[in-house]
Amino acid sequence: MSDRKAASVIIIGGGVTGLSAAWWLAREGVDVLVIEKGIVGWEASGRNGGGCTHYQSPLFDEEQRLWPQMDELLGYPTEYRRERVIIALTQAQLAQYQDHGDICKGMGYHYDILDAKQTRSLVPLAGDNVVGAVHYRFGGQANPQRTVQAYAWAAQDHGARILQHTAVSSLVMEGGHIKAVETDRGRFDCDHLVLAAGPQTAALLETIGIYLPMAPARAEMIVTEPLPLMAIGGVDGNGLYGRQTLRGNLAYGGGPHEWLEDTPAIGGSTARPSTQLLQNLSKRLVELFPKAAHVRVIRSWAGIIENTPDGRPVIERLREPDNLIVTTMSSVGFGLSPATGHAIRDLVMEGRCSFADIDKLGLDRFSNLPRDWRERQGWVPSGVSAATTTQRNAAIL
Amino acid sequence: MEDEAPRHDEDGTDFHAIGAKHAAVAESVELLVIGAGEAGLAAAIEAARAGVQVMLVDENPLGAGLVGMDVPLLFGNRWTAAVQNQGRMTEQLLATNPGLEEAFELGVDVRLGTYAWGAFVAGPNLKSLPGPAVGLADEARSWLCGFKHLIIATGARDLVYSFAGFETPGVIGALGFSSLLTRYEAFNGHRLVILGSGDLAVQTATLAFNRGLEVAALVEVRSAPQADVSALVARGVEVITGHAIQEARGTAEGVASAILADVGSGNQRAVSCDTIVLAIGAVPVVELADVAGARLRRSDAGAYVPTVENAPDGVFFAGDCAGLGGDAAVDGRVIARSVMRSLGHEVTAAEPSVRTPLAPADTDAYHMEWMRALIAAGGLDVVACSCEEVTRRDVLTVQPPRYLGAPIDRRDISTLTQDGPVNQDQIKRLTRACMGPCQARRCREQVAMLLAIGADVPLAQVALAGYRAPVRPLPLGVLAAADESPEMAEGWNVWFGIRKQWIPYADIGTEREIDRAGRMMHF
Repeated sequence: MSDRKAASVIIIGGGVTGLSAAWWLAREGVDVLVIEKGIVGWEASGRNGGGCTHYQSPLFDEEQRLWPQMDELLGYPTEYRRERVIIALTQAQLAQYQDHGDICKGMGYHYDILDAKQTRSLVPLAGDNVVGAVHYRFGGQANPQRTVQAYAWAAQDHGARILQHTAVSSLVMEGGHIKAVETDRGRFDCDHLVLAAGPQTAALLETIGIYLPMAPARAEMIVTEPLPLMAIGGVDGNGLYGRQTLRGNLAYGGGPHEWLEDTPAIGGSTARPSTQLLQNLSKRLVELFPKAAHVRVIRSWAGIIENTPDGRPVIERLREPDNLIVTTMSSVGFGLSPATGHAIRDLVMEGRCSFADIDKLGLDRFSNLPRDWRERQGWVPSGVSAATTTQRNAAIL
Repeated sequence: MEDEAPRHDEDGTDFHAIGAKHAAVAESVELLVIGAGEAGLAAAIEAARAGVQVMLVDENPLGAGLVGMDVPLLFGNRWTAAVQNQGRMTEQLLATNPGLEEAFELGVDVRLGTYAWGAFVAGPNLKSLPGPAVGLADEARSWLCGFKHLIIATGARDLVYSFAGFETPGVIGALGFSSLLTRYEAFNGHRLVILGSGDLAVQTATLAFNRGLEVAALVEVRSAPQADVSALVARGVEVITGHAIQEARGTAEGVASAILADVGSGNQRAVSCDTIVLAIGAVPVVELADVAGARLRRSDAGAYVPTVENAPDGVFFAGDCAGLGGDAAVDGRVIARSVMRSLGHEVTAAEPSVRTPLAPADTDAYHMEWMRALIAAGGLDVVACSCEEVTRRDVLTVQPPRYLGAPIDRRDISTLTQDGPVNQDQIKRLTRACMGPCQARRCREQVAMLLAIGADVPLAQVALAGYRAPVRPLPLGVLAAADESPEMAEGWNVWFGIRKQWIPYADIGTEREIDRAGRMMHF
């Protein structure tokens, strides 16, 4: 890799959003440098449910258009599989899933309602407790780890540079423009800067006095040994999200999250511990797939994700500095990434998103937000200190 | 589950955050010891004598399912039907371990046939636990045991190398072999070829002789034996130096012979046997320590062990899992005294822990010599990760799994290293090597060695891949929470439970937004 300490576009963050943007820009010949503090896709981008079905987003149509082409476009496999089935174990769940299906229908996407028998026939692991299901004839899921690496490699194939193990410490402004970023390997100059640093985004933005409200949290998933492939990999429901991988493993998450301090510890084995929540996840997965009760859980993992106060993304080219694009996908970034990268490419090159209205995803919607919004929303870290833990434990004895 | 009154957003609480949703532990103990090997047993007895309330957990006798999966040792499909009778195995275990009886008599709460699948201690990003706890399970259910102090004494497991025919019944690890032979009396082989000639190999051969088995040969990749083999030679054992194994030849019934290859000339020779014992090395079992949040370091003896200085609160390590070699029982007693001291007990001066490295100082070089010789003998198309059927070549060329039908020809370990140091976790994700049901017990070390070769770096520079709970592969139905708090059930949400997050973009800022939010359930 060239050691040149400058690029036309610098992207901070080698997660799924930054890498997709790098790929979109590089394939048009733009000189792109991705600066990543660890390894590409190492945080939430590589450890999520892999879902590619986000009706709530203005990028939904583009997400749906792009995914079926991604393996070919990138030149590396993403393990994308089409369609999704959401199983309901209660009438209330079924009503909710239908409600979501109807929203999609209103946008031109087809879904079917399956009765219990149809569900069991399509999903052999389902049991007698099924009430019904919705079958999206769109959407799908992919392998996050493979996809992230595919973006990185495809971007490199087009000439993008990816600098791993390099931490950005601050943004450098001169004359109202972003001029450079400071890193632990020195200063890198740029014409445009894309900030896509996940939970670190707010802290980096603060170095130029811009406030982006976000709160990081830890969430967990479990994975089982492989099972014979079901007809559709994207089967979830019962309060779980997840998929059967093409290898056959069941990978599922859901349940309570733990809010963390504004700047969470990142990296290393203690940074993202999983917990006994794997017991609760196992319980719900057995409920969802009673015929998988004998299947062994072989891993669990946790990841750190950030949310904005309304849970919606920020994707904006700021007015000042006008060469800075700020992105956070607010905990829902993987599936939308092909489209997000496209939007970022447009913002860098044309100043506006060419294929969708994203005006409601601007930072100014938080301009009147009180700074103690986390406390007001109850999005605060668990208050149990180590000392309290010991006391509580002593009380149990 | 229907959420009538919105209980989220701007009301000062997050109904869906973890809060205090974790169930209380099912039981609790002053000192929990995991592993009833020499170190764990000695520690439990020492602490119990001083009046400490002790629970001693050991997974033996293992369920037949795990034995069949080579978890935690390489049992190599060389057991008798006896291992399927857990009740009989328990009696066997008690009969062969007089120390267990002593522990019982001292009032230690001994739990056999009990798996420790996780250890959860508060850390930088984990403050929601009701208290430090270990996840336990038997064949039917799982539960949590809280502790004030925890001694992890999980011992060692087999260092495994694969070769052609590796999965033929009868290819076994030295520790798996001795476990079947002495712990279970359930070994069903007769004639052994032992790979390695160091202390572990000599101990294994001596044990085999003493139990009336035949030892055909010791095979050593180097030009000279790595330990004193004279007694074995005197008993008629051939020590075949300068050779590696090329293939385990046999049928579905089992191994019939070991095909050896001369390291220099490549010339082959066959040695008839029904069992091939891998006795090249052992690996400290640090998975529970890692999951508990211990920091691991690479020891001089070429193994990852937990560091004592910054161990998680209340967590101690004893015996082989803390470093191979030395007297595990002495180590167990020393660690027990540290625990007692921190519990406020008066402790007399501790015996010194004698920890002389069992492995030679050039362990890494020795292990790598075996790896290179195995590659020279067997080539690159030998499977390195059996669970996921990943060959040595697949690892070196970072191939996606075959079922994707999308081979890659322009990336390999060396192109990856242009972007940063080689990382085994990254290779796992891309090739699936080490991602299978045996939880990488059969491939973790040899994949690391392949990465060292591919990246042309010393083995010590290949960072340890992380461990994840559950550290035993247990069924969903066993791990499923039996005791769930009502708050967990009521507050469960598929994602964060932020209603606004799921409102269609077009509805944002319109009258429909409020209607939509009202209809979002919280499951």
